[in-house]
Amino acid sequence: MGEIDMSNSVQVGAPIDDAVNAARETKFHTRGVQVFYGEKQALFDVDLDVYENEVTALIGPSGCGKSTYLRSLNRMNDTIDICSVKGTIELDGTDIYSNAIDVVHLRARVGMVFQKPNPFPKSIYENIAYGPRIHGIATGKEDIDHIVEESLIKAGLWKEVKDRLEEPGTGLSGGQQQRLCIARAIAVQPEVILMDEPCSALDPIATARIEELIDELRNNFTIVIVTHSMQQAARVSQRTAFFHLGDLVEVGETGKIFTTPKDQRTQDYITGRFG
Amino acid sequence: MTDAVMNDAQSNEQMLRDRANHASDAVKRSLKKRYAAEARFKAYGITAIGIALAAVVILFTTIISSGLPAFTDTTITLNVELKEDVIDPEGTRDPLTLANANYRKIVFDTLLAEMPEVQGRRDKRALTSMLSQGASFQVQQLVTADPSLIGQTVELALPVAADFDLYKKGVINKDTDEADRRVSDKQMAWFDTLEERGIIQTGFNTTFFANADSREPELAGIWGATMGSLFTMLVTLLMSFPIGVCAAVYLEEFAPKNRLTQIIEVNINNLAAVPSIVFGLLGLAVFINFFGLPRSAPLVGGMVLALMTLPTIIIAARAALKAVPPSIREAALGLGASRMQVVTHHVLPLAMPGILTGTIIGMAQALGETAPLLMIGMVAFIVDIPGSVTDPATVLPVQVFLWADSPERAFVARTSAAIMVLLTFLIFMNALAVVLRKKFERRW
Amino acid sequence: MPEEHDHIVTSFDEDLNQLDNLLAEMGGLAEHQFADAIKALVRRDGELAEQVIVNDKRIDAIEENVDQHTISMLALRQPMADDLRVVITALRIASVIERIGDYSKNIAKRTVAITQTPPIGPSRTISRMGTVVQGMIKTVLDAYLQRDADLAQDVRMRDEEVDALHTSLFRELLTYMMEDPRSISACAHLLFVAKNIERIGDHATNIAEHVYFLVHGTLPEETRPKDDQSSYTVIGGED
Repeated sequence: MGEIDMSNSVQVGAPIDDAVNAARETKFHTRGVQVFYGEKQALFDVDLDVYENEVTALIGPSGCGKSTYLRSLNRMNDTIDICSVKGTIELDGTDIYSNAIDVVHLRARVGMVFQKPNPFPKSIYENIAYGPRIHGIATGKEDIDHIVEESLIKAGLWKEVKDRLEEPGTGLSGGQQQRLCIARAIAVQPEVILMDEPCSALDPIATARIEELIDELRNNFTIVIVTHSMQQAARVSQRTAFFHLGDLVEVGETGKIFTTPKDQRTQDYITGRFG
Repeated sequence: MTDAVMNDAQSNEQMLRDRANHASDAVKRSLKKRYAAEARFKAYGITAIGIALAAVVILFTTIISSGLPAFTDTTITLNVELKEDVIDPEGTRDPLTLANANYRKIVFDTLLAEMPEVQGRRDKRALTSMLSQGASFQVQQLVTADPSLIGQTVELALPVAADFDLYKKGVINKDTDEADRRVSDKQMAWFDTLEERGIIQTGFNTTFFANADSREPELAGIWGATMGSLFTMLVTLLMSFPIGVCAAVYLEEFAPKNRLTQIIEVNINNLAAVPSIVFGLLGLAVFINFFGLPRSAPLVGGMVLALMTLPTIIIAARAALKAVPPSIREAALGLGASRMQVVTHHVLPLAMPGILTGTIIGMAQALGETAPLLMIGMVAFIVDIPGSVTDPATVLPVQVFLWADSPERAFVARTSAAIMVLLTFLIFMNALAVVLRKKFERRW
Repeated sequence: MPEEHDHIVTSFDEDLNQLDNLLAEMGGLAEHQFADAIKALVRRDGELAEQVIVNDKRIDAIEENVDQHTISMLALRQPMADDLRVVITALRIASVIERIGDYSKNIAKRTVAITQTPPIGPSRTISRMGTVVQGMIKTVLDAYLQRDADLAQDVRMRDEEVDALHTSLFRELLTYMMEDPRSISACAHLLFVAKNIERIGDHATNIAEHVYFLVHGTLPEETRPKDDQSSYTVIGGED
């Protein structure tokens, strides 16, 4: 028996293509991120990079700050009065909290899908047409029709709803509603999609469909997903970051994190030794 | 397992079983008491509803029964001779002459001719008092509109005076002493004679709905007050709705959560509880005395009522805005909508049914307000139907107040009839609010 | 209240303990089998040898048990990180112990044959080999149950001695066979026995490497020293 050559070992979790591996650009570069809710500090000095065309998963027990971190990436924390964000968060090299970036434009570049599907109480067509309309991405009816169709196809929903675009979005099943919300987010042609526990309100089949969708989407978008389910993070992401009590404990390649984590806290969390 | 262990296990099981049985017995025993308490509670509820319903039924039956008579009026059909020598002796057909002619004489002569057995000045006066003042006015209207009728005899249904109308309806009858009555026995006899001749009719009281106020009950109508109410409501709506909705939107969506906002909120909630007459005083002091706006005008009334309704609308609008789930706002914000767009494209349309309901209820309240309007002078005796918001006017509840105050018996029925009209509007508006709410109720 | 190292779901810990128990039982049986096989060989005890052959079934039964248990744990518990390594290692080690049991059975079979031939010399060397390998088995199983990677590394190093003994035994037996053709039958069997013992030693080092992986998550880097020259040994021939 000679030495074991580990360089070609099988990777657990969604595979990273070699080509992509080599040319990964940094999409989000965050350093020293601290978030306060009034006096209470929720995030302590988080240094994390998110790479382009990759799925990055944020895991951790309840209240560990992963959702808070996610929401600071598209400045949704601005809507909470008592919340203040310190540190550097750069998107493609520009600090998103500086005056150079307009928050409305930022949110068009960085879309968000929420935990509970929240389609507008309008028709399916209008749900998707809203974003492009207000941003002026599409103006004529033909343009908008085209974007609606394209977004629904990309979200894997077109076949199911193409004959009933005028029906209200709220009449779809839970899984379909979530895919509608994803299509809505895609329609604005963002660069990054943030997902806050997108499957936690869905049944296993709907969840599996969305995970498949995420896998397809990462060819064109950068995705950051917060999830409670470690199995989901393991299945869907290429990089995983473990948060605990506001600290970023460990971040690394998903396969390594789930087979040989470096930090004891990470190990204890993923094996279910503490919550 | 040894015997000892088995016994232990068995006794353990027995203990658990006993505990379970004990618990379920306790539950069984308490069930009776609980059901009894529930039944009592239900009974209280039903009693309360019963009392409320009884009160409403009594209120309505009283009002309707006393108001119904006002919906009919009595007329006397006479062949009126439009004598040229009385109306236009010179034959010029000058409109001024025609307007000022002695139509009283014409109608009186007609009636006297109808009952030639009545002689003597006193008796004749007693007979002609049967005719309402409106009778001569009606003939004047007829002639000035169509002078070609002069010289002809026209069959007209002339209004009867209020006292005789009351006699016809049985309100004035022989039960009281003649000295205390307004219609003497003789007058009653003449009236009966005329009735036997078949020229007395009772019909639907269109005067009530077409005329403005008058000193004569038979000529008094609510149209003036209705128009006044309409103009006032219009001003109130135009002022309070936009201001109220915008204030609610600002407080709910844009205001920072600091001390100042809290103070504003507390004050608005308090304003809703301020007695309405205070707003009247405010209106008097500021709008009429300081700004010099016309008294008794629906414009001022509307402004005063707008101030009064504003807190109601703001509170209702805020509740409607709050009821829009934050997930919709987040979804819109996440897509890159600005805060203004979130409010105008998503939140307001979804909150609109609630806002409208609140507005309608506020308007219904304002419709029934009397005290503040009394303060700004909308209590005057207005005989003309107002044509614009600056004409002096009165409103329905004030009209009711005025008539209720009047000593004339005939106004009693009319007061109740006016109340019925007012109630109809209010019920309609509230029903509209309920229908709107049901129709647009959304399940998120 | 569960300690920091215990799983929140206690039945998970129970399952893992059950795995350890099974392996401890299996390992103890295999130790015993090997000791009996060597004893039977040295004492030329045919009856003891027959017992060893029969008892091998018990080891096979436990291995089946371990198989089922680990498969069920993988499906139901989705173990991660160190838990996953525990389960996988248990599966591997059970398979190796079963092989060790089979080799002991083979030694016993050959012993039955050897008892029917006249006794020959090199029982001392075989005895010594047996002792060393026995020690290795015991130590490596202890290392597994205590999750001690350093102890496991010691076992890896000891295989050098087993290899050296095997080489010298090989030479001895060749010499015997050349001197006295009547001993060829017995010596031929003994050659196989020696090989079996040497293989058991190798398997013990396999277990040691699995234990290292269990603890550290990687295989040991240094190659272990091998000194088995028997494959190259020639006596006589072109001398």
